[in-house]
Amino acid sequence: MTSETTAKQVGNDLGVDLDDHVKRIGRQDRVATGILTVIVAFVLLLLASIVAFILIRGLGKALTPGFLTTSPLADENPGISSEIFDSFYMLIITLLISVPISLGAAIFLVEYAPDNWVTKAASTAIETLSSLPSIVVGMFGSLFFVVTLGWGISIIAGAMALTMFNIPILVRVIQQALQDVPRSQRDAALAMGLTRWETTRHVLLPAAMPAIVTGIVISAGRVFGEAAALIFTSGSAAVNINFASVNLSSPRNPWNIFRPAETLAVHIWKLKMEPTPGNDEIVWGTAAVLIICVLLFNILARVLGKTLAKKMTSE
Amino acid sequence: MAKRLMPKKQLEGVGLTLTGACVLLVALVVITLIFMVAQQGLSAFFVDGINFFSFISGTSWVPSDGVYGALPLIVTSFGVMLLATLFTLPIALGSAIFVVEVQPGFGRRVFQPLVELLMGIPSVVYGLIGLTVVNAAMRAIFGDAAGTGAGILSGGIVLAVMILPTVTTLSIDGLAAVPNEYREGSYALGCTRWQTVWHVVLRSAMPSLMTAVILGMTRAFGEALAVQMVIGGVEKVMPAGLLSPAATLTTALTSGFSNATTGSIQYHALWALGLLLMAMSLVFILIIHVIGAKGAKNRD
Repeated sequence: MTSETTAKQVGNDLGVDLDDHVKRIGRQDRVATGILTVIVAFVLLLLASIVAFILIRGLGKALTPGFLTTSPLADENPGISSEIFDSFYMLIITLLISVPISLGAAIFLVEYAPDNWVTKAASTAIETLSSLPSIVVGMFGSLFFVVTLGWGISIIAGAMALTMFNIPILVRVIQQALQDVPRSQRDAALAMGLTRWETTRHVLLPAAMPAIVTGIVISAGRVFGEAAALIFTSGSAAVNINFASVNLSSPRNPWNIFRPAETLAVHIWKLKMEPTPGNDEIVWGTAAVLIICVLLFNILARVLGKTLAKKMTSE
Repeated sequence: MAKRLMPKKQLEGVGLTLTGACVLLVALVVITLIFMVAQQGLSAFFVDGINFFSFISGTSWVPSDGVYGALPLIVTSFGVMLLATLFTLPIALGSAIFVVEVQPGFGRRVFQPLVELLMGIPSVVYGLIGLTVVNAAMRAIFGDAAGTGAGILSGGIVLAVMILPTVTTLSIDGLAAVPNEYREGSYALGCTRWQTVWHVVLRSAMPSLMTAVILGMTRAFGEALAVQMVIGGVEKVMPAGLLSPAATLTTALTSGFSNATTGSIQYHALWALGLLLMAMSLVFILIIHVIGAKGAKNRD
């Protein structure tokens, strides 16, 4: 009661109605909170409806017996067996190339990098790579890996393009993970007379491993869905893989890295751009499979990160 | 356990060489890329004799007839990018404020993982949904004026959804980095939560919020396949309005690049578009650096 009177008095002295002012800002606050809540609800609804829409349209086809195991070039009921194999094969090759390079680059930038122009140039180069449109990376790949190096339209050319796409993401994740290791651990290891290299290998990397593994798996999800960098490098035509082939140089041998390939994402693109009757079902089925894989990568990343973290801390 | 040990100095040398080689390799690849894109793109002007100014200002793009005017592509690219930013900004900023200031627990445990999931959805899938849902909605809302539903507006909407997670996540990081003392100071003066957010938090997070928006714009500008699926992407002249189908710099590449013969004028002209795209992403990086430097100066 007293405070109210005081507020009124002060307000009268200043020539404004403070009660009114307090009421107004209170109302503003409630309205703002309401609007923010609506926005967040909208985003969640958007996400849920995107995932639900794909699954409703595609899950039926995706679960049809044989869809996952039939060749895309089969005369009757074509499936997506080659696309699934190619997607995972290309992902694994990409990770085999990009993880060691990114790990080395991130360690250099966090642990060794002297504060000079070489370091600055290197981080700028990585930043440039991360902001380049993937279609430009694809064009570069088609010129450099396919033509100049003479690899042709091939899995390895596609994997190199994906590597260029993946390196900046991975370097940033690993850098962050290494920087998050408490300074005391680094100092303690160095004070024991370990070299930087030993410190990194035996102290920092194990401590940062959960975050690094999570980052790698999440980046794998991104690579898995990338298509723009691939249409000019690994091709966009369905491939008839012969799993019985033993001739490594045959274009039908699944393991031959110099054969063209088509991933799930490229398959969707290709079918949608050249619509033929009956394709629509296959497109949505492929999209459902792709989305489920991406969801699994996300869950896997979280579970792996948590398990590793638990293992590290309990020891 | 007796183990042969390498001298410490040599060991350190091994580590430095190994990791340094990785950095060098990445830098070398980037330099090669910039060099090759520039070389191919510039040969359209210096070898094939396309006039640079008529290339930039020409209003029709018909590579099959040897007409190379990239202005419609540039205008459309900027158009969809700005539309996408316009749509996404209030939503991204609103949800970031909610997550950091209103419900931090829900934000970290539920909202952020879900938004990261949205980031993982492949761009072709966004394009596929856009083609089915957004274009149909355009037809339903605007009737005949929308034609097939493919157009700049549809492109902007699909891109807005695509860059939403990027902008949201970075905005959340930016808002969360504002020191808590600022908020406490504001509350201690009797400000409401909204006053604190509007006058204190947003203002002091401004540089990182701008960086978030520009990174989103970079992504929107360079996206190819999703845009191509919803925007038409084969048109050759200046777009008439937001509902008219159009082609962007990226869609001209996706639809034309595989048909162009290596070394031909058309091939080089397409590389010139690639060069424009690359130049734009370098400009975006430059802007981010300028903002970062300014933000650092203000904090000191």
